Amino acid sequence: MQFSIYIIAECNMKLMTRDDKSLLYNVGGKEGVLDEEVLLLTQQLLSSNPDFATLWNYRREILLHLETVRSEDEIQRLYEEELSFLEACLKVNPKSYGSWHHRGWVSTRLPRPDWARELSLCERCLSLDDRNFHCWDYRRMVVRVSGVPVDQELQFTDRLIGSNFSNYSSWHYRSTLLPLLHPGSPEAASPQREPPTSSLLKEYELVQNAFFTDPNDQSAWFYYRWLLGRGVCVCVCVCVCVWGFSTNSEVILRCGYRNALYYKSLTHLHKICDLPPGTISDTSNEHNLTVHWTERHTHRDCALYTGRSESWCRDSATDLELFRSELSVEKSSVLQSELQSCTQLLELEPQNKWCLLTIILLMRALDPLGYEKETLAYFQTLKEVDSMRTSYYSDLCSKFMIENTILKMEYAEVRVFSLCEKNLSTLCHLDQLLLVTHINLSSNQLLGLPPQFAMLQCLEVLQADDNAIENLEGVYHLSKLEEVSLRNNNITQLSDLKILTTCPRLARLDLRGNPITQIANIQSQLAELLPSITELLL
Amino acid sequence: MAADNLPTEFDVVILGTGLSESVIAAACARVGQRVLHVDRRSYYAANWASFTFNGLLSWIDDNKQGGQSPEEVLDWSGKVESGEDILPLSTMDTSISNLEVFCYTSEEPEEDEEEKKEDATPISTLSPAPQSEGEEGNQATSPTDNRRNHEGETTLDILSESPPEQQDQEECAPLAEDQQILSSDGEPQGEEQLSGSAPTQAKKKKISYTKIVKEGRRFNIDLVSKLMYSRGLLVDLLIKSNVSRYAEFKNVSRILTYRQGKVEQVPCSRADVFGSKELTVVEKRMLMKFLTFCLDYEQHPEEYQDFTERSFWEFLQNNMLTENLQHFVLHSIAMVPRETHTEEGLRSTQHFLRSLGRYGNTPFLFPIYGLGEIPQCFCRMCAVFGGIYCLRHSVQCLVLDKESGRCKAVIDTCGQRISCSHFVVEDGYIREEQRKGVEHKHISRAVLITDGLLLQSESEQQISLVTVPPLEPGAPAVRLVELCSSTMTCMPGTYLVHLTCPSSGSAREDLQPVVSRLFTKPASAGEEGDGSDERPAVLWAVYFNMRDSTAADRSGYDLPGNVHVCSGPDAALGSDHSIRLAQEVFRQLAPHEEFCPPAPNPEDIVYDGDGGQGEGAGFSEAAQAEEGAAEEAEESKEKEASQESSPVEVGEMPDPPPAPLAEE
Repeated sequence: MQFSIYIIAECNMKLMTRDDKSLLYNVGGKEGVLDEEVLLLTQQLLSSNPDFATLWNYRREILLHLETVRSEDEIQRLYEEELSFLEACLKVNPKSYGSWHHRGWVSTRLPRPDWARELSLCERCLSLDDRNFHCWDYRRMVVRVSGVPVDQELQFTDRLIGSNFSNYSSWHYRSTLLPLLHPGSPEAASPQREPPTSSLLKEYELVQNAFFTDPNDQSAWFYYRWLLGRGVCVCVCVCVCVWGFSTNSEVILRCGYRNALYYKSLTHLHKICDLPPGTISDTSNEHNLTVHWTERHTHRDCALYTGRSESWCRDSATDLELFRSELSVEKSSVLQSELQSCTQLLELEPQNKWCLLTIILLMRALDPLGYEKETLAYFQTLKEVDSMRTSYYSDLCSKFMIENTILKMEYAEVRVFSLCEKNLSTLCHLDQLLLVTHINLSSNQLLGLPPQFAMLQCLEVLQADDNAIENLEGVYHLSKLEEVSLRNNNITQLSDLKILTTCPRLARLDLRGNPITQIANIQSQLAELLPSITELLL
Repeated sequence: MAADNLPTEFDVVILGTGLSESVIAAACARVGQRVLHVDRRSYYAANWASFTFNGLLSWIDDNKQGGQSPEEVLDWSGKVESGEDILPLSTMDTSISNLEVFCYTSEEPEEDEEEKKEDATPISTLSPAPQSEGEEGNQATSPTDNRRNHEGETTLDILSESPPEQQDQEECAPLAEDQQILSSDGEPQGEEQLSGSAPTQAKKKKISYTKIVKEGRRFNIDLVSKLMYSRGLLVDLLIKSNVSRYAEFKNVSRILTYRQGKVEQVPCSRADVFGSKELTVVEKRMLMKFLTFCLDYEQHPEEYQDFTERSFWEFLQNNMLTENLQHFVLHSIAMVPRETHTEEGLRSTQHFLRSLGRYGNTPFLFPIYGLGEIPQCFCRMCAVFGGIYCLRHSVQCLVLDKESGRCKAVIDTCGQRISCSHFVVEDGYIREEQRKGVEHKHISRAVLITDGLLLQSESEQQISLVTVPPLEPGAPAVRLVELCSSTMTCMPGTYLVHLTCPSSGSAREDLQPVVSRLFTKPASAGEEGDGSDERPAVLWAVYFNMRDSTAADRSGYDLPGNVHVCSGPDAALGSDHSIRLAQEVFRQLAPHEEFCPPAPNPEDIVYDGDGGQGEGAGFSEAAQAEEGAAEEAEESKEKEASQESSPVEVGEMPDPPPAPLAEE
């Protein structure tokens, strides 16, 4: 086995003193030699720079080799020496990746490991720096291998949080321990693991203590968010849609992830197939289509009734299931009391952004429509106290406003949808609007139509006047789109409109009040680009 | 004794080894001045000293007998040339008064004597605690050698001259009458002894007086009780000067207070507030908010400007703090009386808070082996840099130049004339005639040896600061420092409790009400098994008043300009006053020199280098020094964690300092 010590050495040379260099050449001269002398040489080098991965690798090779030729006792002694050498390295740099990794390796190779010693080493290390994540990682490994009971580990985090609660590592570790300590019900229907109420309440109390003591500390707030909602992504088939044109028929399956992670719209739109021409040539009969989703073992039926050219099958989405994704605690009484505590904190700390944001989330989880006014007011305050993240809050607010509008729809099959004057800065939840034929996005602050916009497969009329739209990315392959109104937007170039060529039925386009209208010859250029348009307003 | 062989010329002669004097001595020697440092006492640190139990008993003896010899007026005319005057100094120490000793545990004097006679066959029927024979042997062979092993300086000798038995008998007299005062049940002493011998399986092993005397060397009882603010002047000076290497420290582990008849923990750090079970979340927020404001209150004058003329108490009430939070802030964090002005209260709070977190969750450090270590550390530093030390040696009078009115020389105990350009003296050596314009206050002190913690906790090793607000209007607020055996100031199984307050009457009048509320007497047979009283019992107590001359203005003394007076300890918790004083005096002595620059490492010092020692040799940067101190604190914390109770060597001692006058 050859080692390319020289090459690596070049890179690290700058870090080394002359003595180290000469040592290094000695090591280099012994390429491929696996004896204790090289162990000693690499040891000298590593003690001055413990982050020299190649040398650690070399040592591992040597140790592995020695394992094959030595007795177990000798191996034990060898590895114990290695551990005490590593201890010295960690004293030099307690945050060295190389040393911790090597220690983990040695610990697992040790014929008779002493895990108690390793735990006490971690303890010491964490008492010096309770946020040393290398040590946390190593400790988790030791705990896993040596089988320390979970409740004991929970007490350990209790202790560390007690001494300094500004510690992501402790809180995070807690969040991994609690589900282990309270495994949820085995039914697959409820994948959420709810600890028993008493211990859950204890967690709320603990974390409240933290954010009341220091409301500007993020770690507690993040843990709190985790406590309030630990939803797992569930992929479900929400809607199946079939339509036919004269020549062919399509089946579109849309499936959404319920309980998607916070603020990420993980929605997929699958166009399953074009039915071969002639499959549904006979519109005078009823056709039953079944979509099987093998991966999830689910299926959906969809009937295409007599005389209809399209059909869909959609979940009767109740508002409870639609958006309550962030905070998934089932008991609203818990949410209610948490909202009270947070409101109490807000009275003391009216400027605290974490508190404001948490209140908004709690309100949404409890009653999104009922708290709409308060939510908007809190967003306003948030933007003022945390001006660095105004855009983030605008987007979040947009999301909530869209959700509220969807919730207000009387039934899921509404096909005309208006989001006028909602101060929207972004669009989301477009997956919910698959069946919409008319959408009105006028008078918002949109900068563009995102790719997900292409999900509105049934869209016929798009109105998006009085925004600041620059790009139309999402107006892509909308096969039914006939009319687009983009008055008073920010479309400047002809290339911005190129994407409209993918919409074959587009006939009416209103571009009044856009910079593009200033371009000479624009009318003829547009006519050339989009020949299908019959009515162009500039 | 080589004291009659002193050099006759020094730059500075310093009389008294208290904190200020020792710091001045170290600072002067450090910048190359020739320093003679003497003290008429047989021990270092004057009223800052720490004693073993037996050492304290002989100190008590000395101070009870004090004042019987009138000031002698000797004729020094033979030593004086024409144009010179004599200014005699006081020969007795009157700084301690109202000394009273109480013993509440069984004394068993007979048993003690029997044990002495029949070492190998202890009659253990009366002995409640098993005693190892090895210890006894040790005690028998060297009963008077109560010096600590690590003391390098041979001059440090605080041993008692009289054997322990004798002291016991002496202490019997006050005890008898005091028990009548203190024990309401008025049980005769004999019964108490019986109860001590009763073979009841008491939870706590009873500790007899004999045991305390026997284990007396394990005590290091401070005369003055202070803690070190982690960001106070003293800690800064220790770090800056590298003197910190001579001592080890422990973090005070908790701050307690007495409220509504109970001792409870004061949440003062972020972790305390977070962990407190007593506070509601809203209170936590209010407290944190207030403390955060105090940390940089100067930045927000609008918050308190309406209160500049009003009291801190009113300010607190106006700040939406609940009653218990007001108590915590006023009494335990700011530690000021109610009527203190708002800004002063804020300043005290800030001082407390700024010291938090440097070494731990409380703002205070305590030196292992007692506060008396600190002046000694500075003396050691002075000795390392050539200062000459002489205990049991004093200055009898000053020689003044008539024309300039300055002090030219001093005449020492041996009648030798020693010339000096500056003379630094502890307040206690100044005669009444020279201090007519000086007004003194007094500190009331009590030292208790108790058998348990004031507030139980998981660990028995706790160092607590307990603040007791005035029990009735007009009474002083009392400060308790409860030390555990891991501080090396008391024997295992006991706690040393120091009480301090500014005097309004005698120490016992001032402090007894607090003692009787917080502590109980050792249970006698009839009370045993009741268990309702969780208060710790006082085994032994001493009360005394100490003079506090810190308020004295220099102009109040009728002394030459080059005679500098250092006041003794004050009643405050920190030592800032003494350090500031030392700094001022040093500035007058050596206006252009740096005050205590970092000392080089001991191994870098060349003793016979003939002045060839490079100034920069071994100097470490301030940052490193700070790291060093932090490490030390870290180490001490580790020790605390492991509850190691074996004595710890204090620092590393440099090679023997050139102290030619060390006694043999």
